[in-house]
Amino acid sequence: MKKLVKGNIALCEGAIAAGLKSYFGYPITPQNEIPAYLSKKMIELKRVFVQAESELAAANMVLGAAVTGVRAMTSSSSPGISLKQEAISYMAGMELPALIVNVQRGGPGLGNISGSQGDYFQSVKGGGHGDYKLIVLAPNCVQEMYEMAYDSFDLAEKYRIPVMILTDGIIGQMMEPVDFNRPEREKLLIPNWALDGCKNRPPRSLKSLLMKDGDLEKHNFALQEKYKTISQNEVKYETFEISDADIIICAFGIAARISKSAVCLARKNGIKVGLFRPLTLFPFPSKEISELSQRFKNFLSVELNHGQMVEDVRLAVNGKANVEFLGKAGGGIVTELEILDKLKNFL
Amino acid sequence: MNKILSKPESLKDVSLSYCPGCGHGIIHRLIAECVDELHLREKTIAVAPVGCAVFAYDYFNFDVTEAPHGRPPAVATGIKRTNPDKFVFTYQGDGDIAAIGMSETIHAANRGENITVIFVNNANYGMTGGQMAPTTLIGQITQTTPFGRDPKRDGYPIKLCELLATLDGTTYLERVSVFNPQNIIKAKKAIKKAFQCQIDEKGFSLIEVISQCPVDWSMSPLEAIRWVEEVFIKSFPLGVIKDKIDEK
Amino acid sequence: MATIKINHERCKGCGLCGNACPNKCISLSKQFNKIGYHWAFIEKEDDCIACGFCYLTCPDFCIEVYK
Repeated sequence: MKKLVKGNIALCEGAIAAGLKSYFGYPITPQNEIPAYLSKKMIELKRVFVQAESELAAANMVLGAAVTGVRAMTSSSSPGISLKQEAISYMAGMELPALIVNVQRGGPGLGNISGSQGDYFQSVKGGGHGDYKLIVLAPNCVQEMYEMAYDSFDLAEKYRIPVMILTDGIIGQMMEPVDFNRPEREKLLIPNWALDGCKNRPPRSLKSLLMKDGDLEKHNFALQEKYKTISQNEVKYETFEISDADIIICAFGIAARISKSAVCLARKNGIKVGLFRPLTLFPFPSKEISELSQRFKNFLSVELNHGQMVEDVRLAVNGKANVEFLGKAGGGIVTELEILDKLKNFL
Repeated sequence: MNKILSKPESLKDVSLSYCPGCGHGIIHRLIAECVDELHLREKTIAVAPVGCAVFAYDYFNFDVTEAPHGRPPAVATGIKRTNPDKFVFTYQGDGDIAAIGMSETIHAANRGENITVIFVNNANYGMTGGQMAPTTLIGQITQTTPFGRDPKRDGYPIKLCELLATLDGTTYLERVSVFNPQNIIKAKKAIKKAFQCQIDEKGFSLIEVISQCPVDWSMSPLEAIRWVEEVFIKSFPLGVIKDKIDEK
Repeated sequence: MATIKINHERCKGCGLCGNACPNKCISLSKQFNKIGYHWAFIEKEDDCIACGFCYLTCPDFCIEVYK
């Protein structure tokens, strides 16, 4: 049976079902439903909820919980995610699994509280200092908010890497029926690298500081190997009506929802369009887009920003096809009609 | 003849990276002795700072994690809240705890987190070569106060224990020093009491250890301990600043 | 009967032990150890009372006390 809930609440339910042991957060719109909901649910479940004094502190509390091998998460929105980058870089270096949720709002700076996709670069190109990647998941509906939150912890632990769910104020706030179809996870094992007291084993330490000559270089090579493995194994994407398309729209998250409607509208207007939607932004489906560019000669990246993912689409296409962009930022929403206009001019 | 005093089990048998005469090694040993005596070694998760003690995980013979500069109280909060049965302490310097990490310090203290903080105050940033710290004394010359710390330009030394004493969340706060054997014995007693405070689930405790930093003070080790005794502790008086253990 | 053992190779010659010793038993060597310091050693073993002050003040865990 499905239940009508907000995206932000579905995300909480997914994390709880996955065995989330601890949540650390700080208020910021448009993600406030998450700490509010978890402040009740987590305490009722005898799990950990802490409202931290800042996003910095919240992210570092996640780091602390993560070193002990338990499932931990934080959530925020764009300006708050900027503050969390310190701990995120450390967690990437220390190879700690955790879930970080970015319910994006308009930027730069304090921006506004409307949905946006302005943090694509920040999420997939690093964000903090150093050469690192997060696994970045991009839900486009409330059901996926639930499912991706649930699945993120297994992914994070499999690769010892922080996972980010990159969503936005629209998906966070909108209500849709959700099928809570995942089983409750209980009795999760503490991994064999975690700090849980050195009983019957030598002491462990977790760190990103590697001062001995060559150690950091080696560590970075190992991280890159891991990212390569993730790129080989974990790419997820979805296609819609692409087989006979003259133009392929590339879009993620809420922009993909709008684009899907635009595809239907365009086809009614006699324009053959398809949709390619990455579900993982890192790893990015570069290989798949590259393959498509052998057959399809026109790509249009639709985003709620001024052209971020389009750079990765262009890199994947690598000159083999025409790539154009349509988008707006700062809370502006691209409409189906605007996409249709763009498509008409395209051909 | 029997061996009556030797390296505690909670210290690894390794050389320390600290300068000759530095107080960190003494404080490490006091912590290790207390951990051993209270049988905490196998349930300890310590948090190392950024600063001279950043390599603490190479010296302590129990689990230690790194934390970003100033964030050990937040990291320790994450550890302790998810693992209330573990023994959790942070080891922090003056810059870590009272400059970049002041917010984390105050709020962990105010929440009454059941953790112990060992705060090593040596009145300067040791690792980066001796810049002004929040606890640098008025008139003290450092790399970034070449004319002496001027309150008009640089503000005043922060007395962290007194500041934290105003918060209802704090349970035990004491300032000690390690410049001579008598004070080292007192310092150990204070650390042990703070550890016991956590074991008894009485909440937040912090021990501020006034420590010597001969090299960055441009002094010999003996000059440095004399300066601690004659000058430093005049600005940072030793003693119990707050003890609410019996009330919690 | 009392004495101390000092790990000469780990000693950094800070002199805090000798300064704390009530009977001034400890001196610094004229030679250097492998890490470049004049190490501390017990010169007047007969005067050692195993008070442990040297152990307490040593920042490098170099000293063991015997009684």
